[in-house]
Amino acid sequence: MTSFELAEKLKTRFESLVTGPVEFRGEQTLKVLDAERISGVCDFAKKELGFDYLVDVSSLDNYGEDPRWTVVYELYGYGHRCHLRLKTDVSEEKSELPTVTGVWRTADWHEREIYDMMGIRFRAHPDLRRILMWEGYPYFPLRKDFPLSGKPSEIPQVAFTRPAPLEGGPFVTIAGGQDAIAREPRARIPETAALETNARLERRHDIKETHGRVYGPGPVEPKK
Amino acid sequence: MPTVQEMQFREPAARAAEASQALQQTTEELQDMQGEKMVLNMGPSHPATHGVLRIVLEMDGELITKAVPEVGYLHRGDEKIAENMTYTQFIPYTDRLDYLAPLANNVAYALAVEKLLGIDKQLPPRCQYIRVICCELARISAHLLGLGAFAMDVGALTVFLFTFTEREKIYNLIEALTGARFTTTYTRIGGLARDLPSGWVEQCRRFLNEVVINFDESEKLLTRNRIFVDRTKDIGVIPKDVAIDYGLSGPNLRGSGVEYDLRQAHPYLIYDRLRFEIPVGSQGDCYDRYLVRMEEMRQSVRLLHQCLDQLPGGPDNKTGESINVPDGKTVLPPKEKVLTSMEELIHQFILVTQGVNAPPGEIYFGAENPKGELGFYIHSKGGGTPHRLKIRAPSFVNLSILPWVLPKHTVSDVVAILGSLDFVMGECDR
Repeated sequence: MTSFELAEKLKTRFESLVTGPVEFRGEQTLKVLDAERISGVCDFAKKELGFDYLVDVSSLDNYGEDPRWTVVYELYGYGHRCHLRLKTDVSEEKSELPTVTGVWRTADWHEREIYDMMGIRFRAHPDLRRILMWEGYPYFPLRKDFPLSGKPSEIPQVAFTRPAPLEGGPFVTIAGGQDAIAREPRARIPETAALETNARLERRHDIKETHGRVYGPGPVEPKK
Repeated sequence: MPTVQEMQFREPAARAAEASQALQQTTEELQDMQGEKMVLNMGPSHPATHGVLRIVLEMDGELITKAVPEVGYLHRGDEKIAENMTYTQFIPYTDRLDYLAPLANNVAYALAVEKLLGIDKQLPPRCQYIRVICCELARISAHLLGLGAFAMDVGALTVFLFTFTEREKIYNLIEALTGARFTTTYTRIGGLARDLPSGWVEQCRRFLNEVVINFDESEKLLTRNRIFVDRTKDIGVIPKDVAIDYGLSGPNLRGSGVEYDLRQAHPYLIYDRLRFEIPVGSQGDCYDRYLVRMEEMRQSVRLLHQCLDQLPGGPDNKTGESINVPDGKTVLPPKEKVLTSMEELIHQFILVTQGVNAPPGEIYFGAENPKGELGFYIHSKGGGTPHRLKIRAPSFVNLSILPWVLPKHTVSDVVAILGSLDFVMGECDR
């Protein structure tokens, strides 16, 4: 049994729902045209075709194209030792598709990661929370419109708005410095210490201006 | 001042009634206490969590009823970083995934990119042998640490010191080979940074002869050690079907009795020319996972001996075997040629400024790393930068079984289970 034969079997079962298989570097990729039916396709692949190991689930951001998201499933079967890739597109407006945690339990964390990094939701997922970023973080960092340098979070308490315990020591980054040298000094020079303190106070002032306080009493609800 | 009290004698029936009432009260109180569950935070800076794993444990007395792992404390956004640089520039970042086996990560990443470029079959044999040597040295190093830390977590400190002596020798070997002890960045797309230094093969053989003695010593301290066996046997049992369902890989999967090793199931490099066996466990408990790692190290030594024997060009490469793919558009040309020849100069310029020109397409490549299957999914739209690079980290997937395996164990078992799962947070959080 080869990957190609298994892909053909999947295709005969679902007919117009899947296109492909496309071969590249010896790997077969099938595209599921309706993301709503992905869990059904996966269920068939596991129960009938013996793909018992879900290697990975990843996501693509086709920024500027429609549909924007692609979710990629890497399947593997210990019985026949064949690999198959399933892909499905999800539109930006919807940003939602059914979960496959009912088929493979390992999908739980993979789907949480995709939700965390891309903001694609998985319907009926048992515990769809952020996993790598913290609860309440407002952005989805793997999206193409998220800059590499990151965005300052406007939410006090959630992001770092308190002075760090080592602040003021050598090698500690100072927020709000003019340039990289000011932000990350290699040693503290007494002459510049006053400048650094000013920069810090300014930043605190900014935060207070925006939020009315520097330290809030409790966690703030994330922005919708 | 002590006073003498007259003893009171009561009717036996009244006493019995009082006693039974008191007993009932205590039972009710006890039942109330059972309903009250305590939440215990383990980590993120706890010695047994090997880094920054945090587990929120819901305890009923001594027993765990629910475990919620919290990961991400070491998240650095490696996947985002990868999208913003050339394929070669990302190699140093792979050192920091599983930082106990950086060489193995380098090899896995280079092979993934080479698969995308379609040059994985053109790698010269000497390069492939050296890469296998790197992988197996990294495996011994990673397993030695995993084993030492595991033994220390369940109370055997000596083993940790024993294994660290051997790891130091591996670091010396790696330093001679790559110039760095920890962050190796040894592979290049289509080859290696440099060839073996002279005398390295002999040094490596000497190490292999010494390390097997250390394995025996560590094994004598642990395998039939009553305390170690009591702490690990029948603890954290993961049956075969659950292990597959949760996508476990590497020694944790084999500990559960699944005979699957990427080196044998889908041989990459020259693993198909080497003879080795895959150890599997029978119960899937912590003890089995320990035994599997122990045997894997012995098999790695066996593999290393074969590699050193078969190494094309011999130890000092007298025949001048190439270690790079003979393609100027993939591998940097030698420096003296860059300075004297026009074509090489152009190749050098294009490679450094734009990177290797990858075709559009997508690939997944998984390599058998010490912790399990380290996979790279690369989606390319052409050019020198990946459009998306997903890292399938074995530690991340292996840890996802914790909510299933931890309940009904005690806190002291958690330490044994975490030690036996042998994870690295640098890789889990990426």
